[in-house]
Amino acid sequence: MAARDEALPALHGRRAGPPVGVRYLLNRYARNRLALWGLWVVTGVVLAAVLAPALAPADPTKTDFGALLQPPSRAHLLGTDDLGRDILSRVIYGARTSLLAGVIAVGLAVAVGVPLGLLSGYFRGRLDNVLMRVTDALLSFPLLVLALAIAAVLGAGLTKAMLAVGIVFTPGFIRLARAQVLSEREKVYVEAARALGASDRRIVWRHILPNSLSPVLVQASLAMAAAITAEATLSFLGLGTQPPTPSWGSMLNIAQAYLTRAPWMALWPGLAIFLTVLALNLVGDGLREVLDPRLR
Amino acid sequence: MTRYIVRRLLATIPVLFLVTVVVFSLINLVPGDPALVIAGGEADRAAIEAIRKQLGLDRPVVVRYVQWLARLVQGDFGRSVRDGRPVLDVLLLKLPVTIELAVISLGVGWAIAVPAGVLAAWKQRTALDYTATTVALAGISIPNFWLGIMLIYLLAVHLRWLPPSGYVEPWVDPVRNLQLMIMPATVLGTALAALVMRLLRSSMLEVLGSEFIRTAHAKGLAERAVVLKHALKNAMIPVATVMGLQLGGLLGGAVVTETIFAVPGIGRLAIESIFTRDYPMVQGVVLISAVAVVFVNFAVDVLYSVLDPRIRLVEEPR
Repeated sequence: MAARDEALPALHGRRAGPPVGVRYLLNRYARNRLALWGLWVVTGVVLAAVLAPALAPADPTKTDFGALLQPPSRAHLLGTDDLGRDILSRVIYGARTSLLAGVIAVGLAVAVGVPLGLLSGYFRGRLDNVLMRVTDALLSFPLLVLALAIAAVLGAGLTKAMLAVGIVFTPGFIRLARAQVLSEREKVYVEAARALGASDRRIVWRHILPNSLSPVLVQASLAMAAAITAEATLSFLGLGTQPPTPSWGSMLNIAQAYLTRAPWMALWPGLAIFLTVLALNLVGDGLREVLDPRLR
Repeated sequence: MTRYIVRRLLATIPVLFLVTVVVFSLINLVPGDPALVIAGGEADRAAIEAIRKQLGLDRPVVVRYVQWLARLVQGDFGRSVRDGRPVLDVLLLKLPVTIELAVISLGVGWAIAVPAGVLAAWKQRTALDYTATTVALAGISIPNFWLGIMLIYLLAVHLRWLPPSGYVEPWVDPVRNLQLMIMPATVLGTALAALVMRLLRSSMLEVLGSEFIRTAHAKGLAERAVVLKHALKNAMIPVATVMGLQLGGLLGGAVVTETIFAVPGIGRLAIESIFTRDYPMVQGVVLISAVAVVFVNFAVDVLYSVLDPRIRLVEEPR
């Protein structure tokens, strides 16, 4: 929004604007300080997840009954939990669980939702009708209620929770991809491709898909934030990650019982979720600002 | 007008139908034997057999669905596997509690969101706008269960201003009822406020840039009147259109907040039923949540067709 001042020449507008270079987009993104901050935080979380064994001062599952519920100290920078485990190490390893949950849930939703939406929007007809009614019905369920119900049926566990969250996010991506195709398929380049004898298959995958990706990218980054929250919520409620695997949500579940004696147990994992989700939302908003032609 | 309402009502029928299909499939298309899943690993043969009979698992899926649906439309949601109480009775008992919580949260949320959204759009690109939008993004990002736990620590454990959790009916002790509702309603209201504020801000910006606002200015109306009367009224339309989404968020959030604050509504019922494998009850909660969202969407569309006749002319109301 902040950049209407240097908009492309008005006549070119949305449809026939000159192709915008990657470097231009990167520059635009970097000028948004909050979005840049978000990107740094996300990078930090990814690094923490990848380098967890090197970064964590202790084994995240090693119990120490001589040091239960210790407040933050030099030996344990963020304190210890009810089993004497080092909270800092658990928070660092928890990044793995959260990112894995986000990537797999959103990956599933994109991998299923985008192709379905593309085909539905391109070919229209009966398939489209049926699919749209089904997504209507699925979107009527409150996200978390549906995820809970699916997780309940599948049983507790990280993989099942990710599957549940992925299923719940799929209709949104079907809708998005379909809407995108509906506007793209009427454009001149599609007509040109068809005139040159391109098959439907080629038109959908080689022409329409690449031109529809930027809203999918924006939606995916926002969905990552929502998926991480959803996994943490399911784990908090006892339906996601099971002990002793460190997960920010299940750490908060245990922390609840020790709120009066060891409030630090509740502080750090919650802060980790909050900052990670906030950063992903900032990245999503930043990407939208750069990629959405209406805001450009 | 009537034609529009009828058409819109007819359009909800396939959606409701598919909602029941989804709710039914949840339990019935699970890999494995549902009776075994419900009874749990430790159950003996007789118990599993009893559940199988109760659920009619000896018949084909389609037959079972039709029978289930037929009972459903007559108000028979089945019985709790745990204590044999009719599911609908339990739902009707718990629903008022959740409705009270949702209404207070809605009040809290809108009371914060509307002034914040209007000011952010009115004073666009000022410190006020940046602060409001950043706080709103934080409000969307903060996990509601963490916010709940932190509020309990601060207000109940540390400062001792409020009771930590529990529920008292408003007609038994209205003051205590409100004291217990403040924290859960704040938690639910925060996420809602953030969502509504962002929507209202962008819709206000759009309206403020339109012709009739310029006309209002040209007539010499005071800035306040233009923003608060002309612009706000029109900017609220897209915000109210997503009432269904807001309700869905509240119902999902209620599961978490009712669990943390020990509020005996349908959210907590959902969690309890999941952990006791009371699947008919789980089905009941999921079904009633989705039906509520479908009807709110319907009501909002009809309301708008009354307020804004242009909407009726559009073929697809979505």
